[in-house]
Amino acid sequence: MVALVSALRRVSLADLEPEQVAKLGPEHRRLLDACRIPVAVADLASDLDLPLGVVRILVADLREQGLVSVRQPAPSGLSDVAILKEVADALRRL
Amino acid sequence: MPYGDSESVPDRPRAPVAIKILIAGGFGVGKTTLVGAVSEVRPLRTEETLSEPSSRVDPLDGVERKTTTTVAMDFGRISIGDDLVVYLFGTPGQQRFWFMWDELAYGALGAVVIVDTRRLADCFPSVDYFERRGMPFVVAVNCFDGARRYPLDTKRTALNLTPDVPLVLCDARHRSSSRDALVALVEHAVTRLSSGRHVTSAR
Repeated sequence: MVALVSALRRVSLADLEPEQVAKLGPEHRRLLDACRIPVAVADLASDLDLPLGVVRILVADLREQGLVSVRQPAPSGLSDVAILKEVADALRRL
Repeated sequence: MPYGDSESVPDRPRAPVAIKILIAGGFGVGKTTLVGAVSEVRPLRTEETLSEPSSRVDPLDGVERKTTTTVAMDFGRISIGDDLVVYLFGTPGQQRFWFMWDELAYGALGAVVIVDTRRLADCFPSVDYFERRGMPFVVAVNCFDGARRYPLDTKRTALNLTPDVPLVLCDARHRSSSRDALVALVEHAVTRLSSGRHVTSAR
């Protein structure tokens, strides 16, 4: 849900084989455009007004084609006290 | 949360960090209100298959399929600089959406469980869930108008909370009060880390 999706910069639609491009629907293209900078899956769903489940499938398609990378949050989670303290401080300033 | 470096992104001083916090509690307890009070609310819906495990859904037609149900989710973000974002996710209150909880909880920092003192029992499933998972959580007693004010100790006893679980009063309508509940959670997570109890939100 908060996994980060990034379009791979070395790949653009112009580099793809025509049949590969043909496989991409309009949603795929919108999604590819939206993740030029790394963006969380939930943000993509919200930005593109698509259900989370649909975004997951689109991302999986694009990843299969080598067009995006997906970084899952570390399963060991939040072990960085420094980051957490930074978050607490920032929240206090809200 | 920190991200693994397996697929690193160039040109960034550090990997972007997303902190996921769950806002839980019974139906109508103030989850939506709290998310709205403290974060930039974003529309988010999910479409979940209720019966069989994910058959490959045609992305264009999926919304219309009868095997799935669309669930609107409480979702908000608090941006702290370019590379640090806190995401709030409301957990669906209705029992039939329990299957979504594991996914929501995966990699989460922890949860704020909101309690309405008039319907204490509504929060028990949430409390049980996070206890069982070993996830840090705080209990925020939402101070509804007209609800009787009991001392916090009485509430702790009534909720059968262990002494290490922070219990805070909260008015979900107010930004500062909702923010304080989030701060209490982050501080609780830090305390647990510092005392060597690792956050075990992993699946």
